[in-house]
Amino acid sequence: MKTTMTFRSTLLRPLVAAALILGLAAPALAAEGAPKPHREDWSFAGPFGHFDRAQVQRGFQVFKEVCASCHSAHLFAFRNLAQPGGPQFSEAQAKAVAESYQIQDGPNDAGDMFERPGRLSDRWPSPFPNEQAARASNGGAFPPDFSTLAKARTYEVGFPGFLIDIFTQYQEQGPDYIHALLNGYKETPPEGVTVPEGAHYNEYFPGHAIKMPPPLSADQVTYTDGTPQTVDQYSRDVTAFMMWLAEPHLEARKRLGFQVMIFLIVFAGLLYFTKKKVWKSVEH
Amino acid sequence: MSGHSTFEPKHPALKWFESRLPLVGLIHSSFVAYPTPRNLNYWWTFGGILSLMLVVQILSGVVLVMHYTPHASMAFDSVEHIMRDVSYGWLLRYMHANGASMFFIAVYIHMFRGLYYGSYKAPREVLWILGCIIYLLMMATGFMGYVLPWGQMSFWGATVITNLFSAFPVVGPTIVEWLWGGFSVDNATLNRFFSLHYLLPFMIAGVVVLHVWALHVVGQNNPTGVEPKSEKDTVPFTPYATIKDGFGMVCFLIFFAWFLFYIPNYLGHADNYIPANPLVTPAHIVPEWYYLPFYAMLRSVPDKLGGVLTMFGAIIVLFFVPWLDTSKVRSARYRPLFKQFFWIWVVVCIGLGWLGSKPAEGGYVIAGRILTIWYFAHFLIILPLLGLFEKPKAVPASITEAVLGKSKGGAPASAGVAAPQTKG
Repeated sequence: MKTTMTFRSTLLRPLVAAALILGLAAPALAAEGAPKPHREDWSFAGPFGHFDRAQVQRGFQVFKEVCASCHSAHLFAFRNLAQPGGPQFSEAQAKAVAESYQIQDGPNDAGDMFERPGRLSDRWPSPFPNEQAARASNGGAFPPDFSTLAKARTYEVGFPGFLIDIFTQYQEQGPDYIHALLNGYKETPPEGVTVPEGAHYNEYFPGHAIKMPPPLSADQVTYTDGTPQTVDQYSRDVTAFMMWLAEPHLEARKRLGFQVMIFLIVFAGLLYFTKKKVWKSVEH
Repeated sequence: MSGHSTFEPKHPALKWFESRLPLVGLIHSSFVAYPTPRNLNYWWTFGGILSLMLVVQILSGVVLVMHYTPHASMAFDSVEHIMRDVSYGWLLRYMHANGASMFFIAVYIHMFRGLYYGSYKAPREVLWILGCIIYLLMMATGFMGYVLPWGQMSFWGATVITNLFSAFPVVGPTIVEWLWGGFSVDNATLNRFFSLHYLLPFMIAGVVVLHVWALHVVGQNNPTGVEPKSEKDTVPFTPYATIKDGFGMVCFLIFFAWFLFYIPNYLGHADNYIPANPLVTPAHIVPEWYYLPFYAMLRSVPDKLGGVLTMFGAIIVLFFVPWLDTSKVRSARYRPLFKQFFWIWVVVCIGLGWLGSKPAEGGYVIAGRILTIWYFAHFLIILPLLGLFEKPKAVPASITEAVLGKSKGGAPASAGVAAPQTKG
């Protein structure tokens, strides 16, 4: 890699160098030396995977009350809350959520921008007007957008696991990593490791020094359905929500996949026997 | 081989049309009456599978373009718009992304089959070279297609690959700026890649027509490598080859559907779900899996220009295989030494692919160098020498003899029609 990355371009080199010096590199792959996240049991895994409605609804609550104060989700629209295959709130509930936010609109006839209650067609309002504002409020770090985040994180499975994953249909690297990260904070870093000022030690974060302070604590979000209010439960719920946000048609995909598979296998069987009959009298 | 059409139109309207443009006769002689060797095994169905994949890619691509926006600030979100808001957009997009990988899986099997059975030898040199040209066009198309979602790996992949051209002395930097349409990978680059990504598949389709034409002039090779000598050696394309190809295609579609519906992101990179950012370099910049062997060769050479030339050389050498292989015998079935070296070469290619996904350091580089040397030695040293020193087994007099000999149970020329991999 290093040899091919020797850019001759006089313009790129300072940019890359600047990026490295500022430590902005946010690798998606877990750093070497970081433990592999534990493979959790997700309801949306496997050929018949589906989202647990109650879990995704709770995850949305955690997102709304905790994560959304720093993280944007600019592709997430209020109408998504009521569409099939996700939290599946009623349209009235989704409307109520939308109306609880003030959305900037305009310009009006007088040329002024104005604020109005949100509608189903509006996108989730971002907590910061731009990246610079987000960095200024978060000690220089940019909280990543949630829209595709659960698919944008992974860890290296290695040989031969990556081949076995084809057959077991393991696609949950992202959710497993996010769950591990949310539970991977250590108040005191291991001996010999120093964490820079303003960063926190996390076992699973590449490089281990993460700017995000431990976001979840027990009893932080009040669940109304009696689900335990622990960090582990919160992290599972919000991860399920993030997976739905990143792949809103996951259920439809797996459902159609099963139908297509049945059709193709039956069709292949018919073709096989037809082929046998056609070739019966020809030695080959 | 296809000769004059034996098609006799019955209906007066068809007779009228046929005497003015013999289109139906052409189709009839190419896909119905066309004589195909009776002993073709399932490795020969990949030609049909590839045609099917080209159609899948073009059709899904044309619909995707209706919803995609080729602009540096909008491309990523427009792909997500397809994934979220377009009716069955997720299906089209995953079909197209995974379809590209399936296309390459099928083309690699098709090429390995050609190399194993000596399908490149006279009189099929032009057929083979046209195939190499299709492969080159596919590489360019796949690369530019991967840039279009404008994620992190799109952007940085494009940056690394286009920068390769800067290795050429004097003109290198000018070529790179010309490719970019500016001074870095940016909107102009995305736009031209989009344009070319739409153009190249139709060029592929054009060369495929030439490829099939050349095939129908010289006829298909077969597992024995012996040319058909009498009518007994062949069967008409329809129904024999059509039903066999159809079965092969549907089996391949099951494999395709497994990826499409259940593990659609397995062959991609998580980083490509992060929007392109010129200020942040991903920890590992890795090309798509189908380029990995060439990427490993590129990184095995300490000199940048040398690496680029090695990488291109690895593809260029394929064009000369018909003349590098000096053996008179086509099929590996009757070439005991070549058969072993063939499978060693396959393992070398897979090994290079694995090394391409690893960081270029320590033992990986040394292994990469050894395998790169072996890759070239296979074509430049082993193939020419084998033809001179190898003692081939007795080749059957005809396809029919080989086929009937087998059915009598373990006769000499009886390697059988079993899958070649079981015989390695």
